[in-house]
Amino acid sequence: MSGAVSSLGKPVRRAQAGTTEPAWVRWALLTVALGFMFLFLVLPLAAVFTEALRKGFDAYFEAFKEPDAWSAIRLTLITAAIAVPLNLVFGIAAAWAIAKYEFKGKAFLTTLVDLPFSVSPVVAGLIYVLIFGAQGWLGPWLQAHDIKIVFAVPGIVLATVFVTFPFIARELIPLMQAQGTEEEQAAIVLGATGWQTFWRVTLPNIKWGLIYGVILCNARAMGEFGAVSVVSGHIRGQTNTMPLHVEILYNEYQSVAAFAVASLLALLALVTLVIKSVVEWQHERELRAAADTPPENPNN
Amino acid sequence: MSVAVLSAGGPRRKPRRVLPGFNLTLGYTVLYLSLIVLIPLSALLFKTFTLSWEQFWAAVTGPRVLASYRLTFGASFIAALVNVVFGLLVAWVLVRYDFFGKKVVDALVDLPFALPTAVAGISLTALLAGNGWIGQYLEPHGIQLAFNPNGVVIALIFIGLPFVVRTVQPVLEDAEKELEEAATCLGATRWQTFTRVIFPSIAPALLTGFAMAFARAVGEYGSVIFIAGNMPMVSEITPLIIIGKLEQYDYAGATAVAVVMLVFSFILLLIINALQAWQRKRGGAPV
Repeated sequence: MSGAVSSLGKPVRRAQAGTTEPAWVRWALLTVALGFMFLFLVLPLAAVFTEALRKGFDAYFEAFKEPDAWSAIRLTLITAAIAVPLNLVFGIAAAWAIAKYEFKGKAFLTTLVDLPFSVSPVVAGLIYVLIFGAQGWLGPWLQAHDIKIVFAVPGIVLATVFVTFPFIARELIPLMQAQGTEEEQAAIVLGATGWQTFWRVTLPNIKWGLIYGVILCNARAMGEFGAVSVVSGHIRGQTNTMPLHVEILYNEYQSVAAFAVASLLALLALVTLVIKSVVEWQHERELRAAADTPPENPNN
Repeated sequence: MSVAVLSAGGPRRKPRRVLPGFNLTLGYTVLYLSLIVLIPLSALLFKTFTLSWEQFWAAVTGPRVLASYRLTFGASFIAALVNVVFGLLVAWVLVRYDFFGKKVVDALVDLPFALPTAVAGISLTALLAGNGWIGQYLEPHGIQLAFNPNGVVIALIFIGLPFVVRTVQPVLEDAEKELEEAATCLGATRWQTFTRVIFPSIAPALLTGFAMAFARAVGEYGSVIFIAGNMPMVSEITPLIIIGKLEQYDYAGATAVAVVMLVFSFILLLIINALQAWQRKRGGAPV
């Protein structure tokens, strides 16, 4: 890896005189950029852990002895376990339809898939209250049949599905568009069924994009606050996810407990960033390896 | 169909529907999209139609609501501007310079995407409050960064940073050094090369990043409410107005304000799409 990087750096260095800044400018820019990153990204992250451990490890672990904390963790895991697979199936279907075929209204459909990203999370929660709430479209019918959606777990899952809707699709669409359809066509011509083609040809080609999308989708699903806050009803021990539990503890001035639960979410974010970076490096390495192999490689 | 299969080996024919699954995948995509996104969003519009025009207008132009627009759009605009400046700087440093820990810094840029907004909110508040790590040094000088509009701007800067960095970074990476060398050979100073050669090529990406950071900031809720102080007329953002109306069971009022936000998001989405198309056209030069 390092060999490849240093060999890439060589031709750049030769031309550096004309295409870089004086050393003092470089240092100044680097200092300001890293200083900004330190103030806005590193300090808040560090603050989560120091605030959580301010009264020592005993107080820290005390926060997790509460049954409410556990039910919040459980609900967050359940929500993500439903929302992520749903959006994964959708993402693959949407990417297959949009990337592999030409049809009318394709650009419009792609814009619609992105739509939930530009809707405020609060509005995302509100729309489900308007449909399933007591005064909503389906409210009277749901009440007559004793089904609870809003201010209960199904509403939380729905709101989470909405806000994480585009994550996997928008990773896969450009990737599958770039890869084209030649390999799949070859597989079909050679007699593979549609499913075989998907499992053996398409899936291996998109696996990094898929993991990348799932990781980001999962992080958002577990961390969503605004949309879930509108539909949850904040019933302790029943409809509180981890971010909502953090809010309640924080508003009750239980600072250490709030930051202790928050530190779990921060750890999740860090793990997400690590996996994401590893996936990126892996993908780059494969791209470089593919570029090194001659195109008439009989293995393909 | 079968003709397409036979000619598939031929050079560069337009792909046709040789692959199976078009009806299945497109049908599922449209169905799922309708159930999760389109039908629920249309509920918002239908609910608004139950209001008369006067009621709607009164709901979306109350003094508290107007103050919240000013704060939300103003703070989002300032935050997005700050992000353009520092986002460009961070992207520049990451692409052009080598330094220790570069990969970690690069990975850290995405922290605001990965960190739940509520966590960002309470930790920024802990830093900037009067007794916080940073706040304790600023408060004696009369500088207050939490529980007022300053806090809103700071939270929105945190939220929006990755948008600018991640749109500018790939464009800077693809920029052709030959152009810069040519500019230098022709006698341009480094600053002239930057303003006349480099900046025009990254301007579309910067604008796209600005619009994306702005759009995200306008809708942001979780990180802001902890640090804003949420005083009516002063530091109350528009999403919080919607929540407030909901808590008073004013569903129609909440919906009216939500429609205003939704229309605004649509317009921004269209602008961002147009900007990205422009960027693709600009970047269409041979690699």
